[in-house]
Amino acid sequence: MKNSYIGQAWLVVVLSLCFGAALAAVQTTLQPRIEQNKLADTIGQIPKLVPGAAGGELQRVGDQVAYRAMDASGQQVGWVLAAAGQGFADRIELLIGMDAAAARITGLYVLDQKETPGLGNKIVDDAFCAKFQGRATEPVLVVTKHAPQADREIEGITGATISSESVVGIVNAAVAKFREAPKP
Amino acid sequence: MSQDGPTPLERFINGILPENPVYRQILGMCPTLAVTNSMEGALTMAGAVAFVLICSNVLISLIRGLLKPHLRILVFTLTIATFVTIADRVLAAYMYEMSKQLGPYVPLIIVNCIIICRCEVCASKQGLRAALTDAVGQALGFTLGLASIATVREILGSGTWFGRWLGWRVIPEAAPQHWSPWVVMVLPPGAFITLGLLMGAVNWFAARKAK
Repeated sequence: MKNSYIGQAWLVVVLSLCFGAALAAVQTTLQPRIEQNKLADTIGQIPKLVPGAAGGELQRVGDQVAYRAMDASGQQVGWVLAAAGQGFADRIELLIGMDAAAARITGLYVLDQKETPGLGNKIVDDAFCAKFQGRATEPVLVVTKHAPQADREIEGITGATISSESVVGIVNAAVAKFREAPKP
Repeated sequence: MSQDGPTPLERFINGILPENPVYRQILGMCPTLAVTNSMEGALTMAGAVAFVLICSNVLISLIRGLLKPHLRILVFTLTIATFVTIADRVLAAYMYEMSKQLGPYVPLIIVNCIIICRCEVCASKQGLRAALTDAVGQALGFTLGLASIATVREILGSGTWFGRWLGWRVIPEAAPQHWSPWVVMVLPPGAFITLGLLMGAVNWFAARKAK
């Protein structure tokens, strides 16, 4: 018994079972709260992203996650679209606010990013996100190095060309896909 | 068995300065460099490490008589991974913003050498009291290390101290012509520079004292 595999490894097996059970209990207890935190973060942004919106509800469109933005009386006033893509350092997750016809962008919020602090992470600042407000979703947006001269131009962040272009690219791709998808 | 090695009190004192994990053992460098650009991040990380370190040390000390020499590292890793996962989930549930900021560095506590080192050096050889005081002492030493680096980096890099929790501004914002925050202190190079200078200072004082 002492030299058999079980004799050697019984402690590892017992500990694995105990730890597995403990982790399952922790996960079961905390998961609803964690999901709620993420959802609250998103829903809390909706009034800032869509003018007149008071709240929203989750609505899948094709394989995209979107939120139907409602005003206080329950009328739909726009959409908030969740989008993600590769940035300079890691994935960037965005929330894009649009009007009900998805014709104009009404706001932009960066939900998650790991861009370079001091340079690329300026994409989370209002100064950058506000540049997307009121832009038409057709034709696609482009990044420029000077003050915008046309509706489709977004001035990039100095020292963070790739981060700026990533955000604009993610917005363009997600919005184009969303516009084509049939809405429920 | 618990008579071997330093006494619980020696273990506790050693962890804080004589065997400080950051400045003396040079362990746990990844979080030391990565999350010390604000006091909030540094203290949350130190708290998570303290939780994992104390729980692991206590548990390993309790089961030390059952450990097989060639399977001990496996048991250490299993124990540490469990407590790290618990810490990560609790942070995500109750300190969501901080958990978002620390990102992957909380799960990475699993490979933090301080914890596995304390399990190996102390908890697997000594009794419960020595293991507990050792964990608390090392955790305090680690907190001290992170807080000292974060203090320098946050003040020079952002002009604040506990800026997000308490809003303390050390360097007034109103005088940009006299002072602008050093962005490099917020970036990774600032961590290396600060750690190097502080470690040099610690060694200099230690050498002077020894004379």
